Amino acid sequence: MITFENVTKILGQKTVLDGIDVEIKDGETFVIVGASGAGKSVMLKNIVRLLTPDDGRVMIDGDCISEASANELETIREKFGVLFQSGALLAWMSIGENVALPLREKTDMDETEIVDRAREKLALVGLEDSFHKLPSEISGGMVKRAALARAIVRNPRIVLYDEPTSGLDPVTARTIDSLIEQMRRELAVTSVVVTHDLHSALAIGTRIAMLHSGRIIELSTPDAFIRSAEPIVKGFLESQYITKRGSWEGATK
Amino acid sequence: MFTCGIKSLGVITVVALFSGMIMALQTGIEMMRFHLEENIGTAVMVSMLREMGPFMTGLILAASVGSAIAAQVGTMVVSEEISALETMSIDPVRFLVMPRLIAMAIMTPILSFYTCVTGVIGGGIVGVTQLGVPWWTYFDNSTLFATTKDLYVGLFKAFLFGIIIVIVACHEGFSASQGAVGVGIATRRSVIASFLAILIVGYFVTKICYI
Ligand SMILES: Nc1ncnc2c1ncn2[C@@H]1O[C@H](COP(=O)(O)OP(=O)(O)OP(=O)(O)O)[C@@H](O)[C@H]1O
Ligand SMILES: [Mg+2]
Repeated sequence: MITFENVTKILGQKTVLDGIDVEIKDGETFVIVGASGAGKSVMLKNIVRLLTPDDGRVMIDGDCISEASANELETIREKFGVLFQSGALLAWMSIGENVALPLREKTDMDETEIVDRAREKLALVGLEDSFHKLPSEISGGMVKRAALARAIVRNPRIVLYDEPTSGLDPVTARTIDSLIEQMRRELAVTSVVVTHDLHSALAIGTRIAMLHSGRIIELSTPDAFIRSAEPIVKGFLESQYITKRGSWEGATK
Repeated sequence: MFTCGIKSLGVITVVALFSGMIMALQTGIEMMRFHLEENIGTAVMVSMLREMGPFMTGLILAASVGSAIAAQVGTMVVSEEISALETMSIDPVRFLVMPRLIAMAIMTPILSFYTCVTGVIGGGIVGVTQLGVPWWTYFDNSTLFATTKDLYVGLFKAFLFGIIIVIVACHEGFSASQGAVGVGIATRRSVIASFLAILIVGYFVTKICYI
C-alpha cells in the first residue's frame, strides 16, 4: 500500500504538489492523468524518494520512505520497479546487459540464471531479438519496452510507469497495456501508471486520478471518471474524443 | 575507460613532440651565444619531467577525457539514468566514478611519462638538425642531471591531475540540469575548473617538493 499524507512539493518557485492525500491499495492499477507539467512525474518520484516532499510524507506498506535512512531506503526500494519517461537505459550497455544489470548488481544469481531471466523479460515485451543491440541502435519505442523489461526483471511487487505507452504505435501500446493488466491479474502487482493516453487509462485502471494545479481534482473508477461532472476532467476527456456515450462520437459531431 | 586515454595519444604525441622542439629551439638559440648548446638536453629533460610533461598531459586529458566524462555523466543525469540507478539501489558514485578514477589514476602517469619521452625526442631532433648537437651528446646530457626524484615528482603530479580531472568532471556532470544546454554548461565548466585546479595544484606540489 502506498499512502500520500499531505504531500507538498515545491520546485523552483512553483508548488508542484499541493497537499496530496491519497491511498493506493495493493493489487491496484492506479492511473494518474493530467496536463503536461501538472506534476505527474513529480508525484511518481516522491513514491521512490527520487524527490523528498517538502511537507507531508509517503508511506510504503507502513514504512515512511520519505524519512528512511540509506539502509531502510534500499530495502524499501527492492519492492519497486520503475519505468522512466525516457527509458533511461545505460547507453554503453547492450539491451540484454541493461535488463540484467539489477540482477547482476543486487542478487547472487549465477550467470545462466541472469541471462535466462533477462531473455524471459525481453521476450515478454517482444524484444528477444534485440538482446545484443545497443540502446542507440533501436527505436524509441523499443527502448521504452526494454526499460519496462528492466523494471520488472526482479519481479517487483510495485511497478511505477511514467508514460509507458507514449511514443509507441497503437498496437504495441495495447500490448503494454495487456502486460500491465496481466501482471495485476496473475501476480497481484501494484501499478502506478502516469499517462496521457486516456484509452489506456480507461482500459487498465482500477482507479483514475486527475492531477491539476497540484491537487487531485477527480479520483474514481474508469466508469465514473468518464461521467465526471468536473469541467476540467470533461475537457480532458473531450480532447481525446471520449464522451459518455461512446468513444468516437465526439470526433464526428 | 582505458580507451579514452589511448584516443588522446595522437594529440599528446604531436603536442609533446613540438613542445620539446620549441623548448630546445628557444633555449638552444640563447645558449648558442655562450656556446652552451650542448646542454639543451638537460634543459628539455628536466623541464619535461618536472613540469611540462604532467602539465601538458593534464591539460590535454582535461580537455578530452574530462570533458567526455562530464558530458557523459551530465547526459545520464538529464536523461534520468542516474535516477534509474538510484531506484535500483546502485550507487552512482561506486558504479560510475570509481572505475573512471582508477583508470585515470593509472593512465595519466603513464601518458605523462610518454609525453616526457616524446618531448625529449622532439628536443633531440631540433638539437641535431638545427643546433648541430650530436644525438649522443644530447642524450648523455639529458640523463646527466635529471634525477629519479624529478621522475617521481612528475609522475605523482600526473597521478594527482588524473584524480582531479575525474572528480571535477563527475562533480560538474552530476550537477547538470535542464537538458542538453545543462550538459554543455557542465562540460565547459568542468574543463575550466580542471585547468585551474591543475595549475594551482601543480604549483603547490612543486613548491612542497623542491623547496
Ligand atoms: N528539477 C526541477 N526543478 C524545477 N522545476 C521542476 C523540476 N522538475 C519538475 N519541475 C516543474 O514541476 C512541474 C511538474 O513537472 P512534471 O515533470 O511532474 O510534469 P508532468 O506532469 O510529468 O508533465 P509531462 O506530462 O510533460 O511529463 C513542471 O512545471 C516543471 O517545470
Ligand atoms: Mg512527466
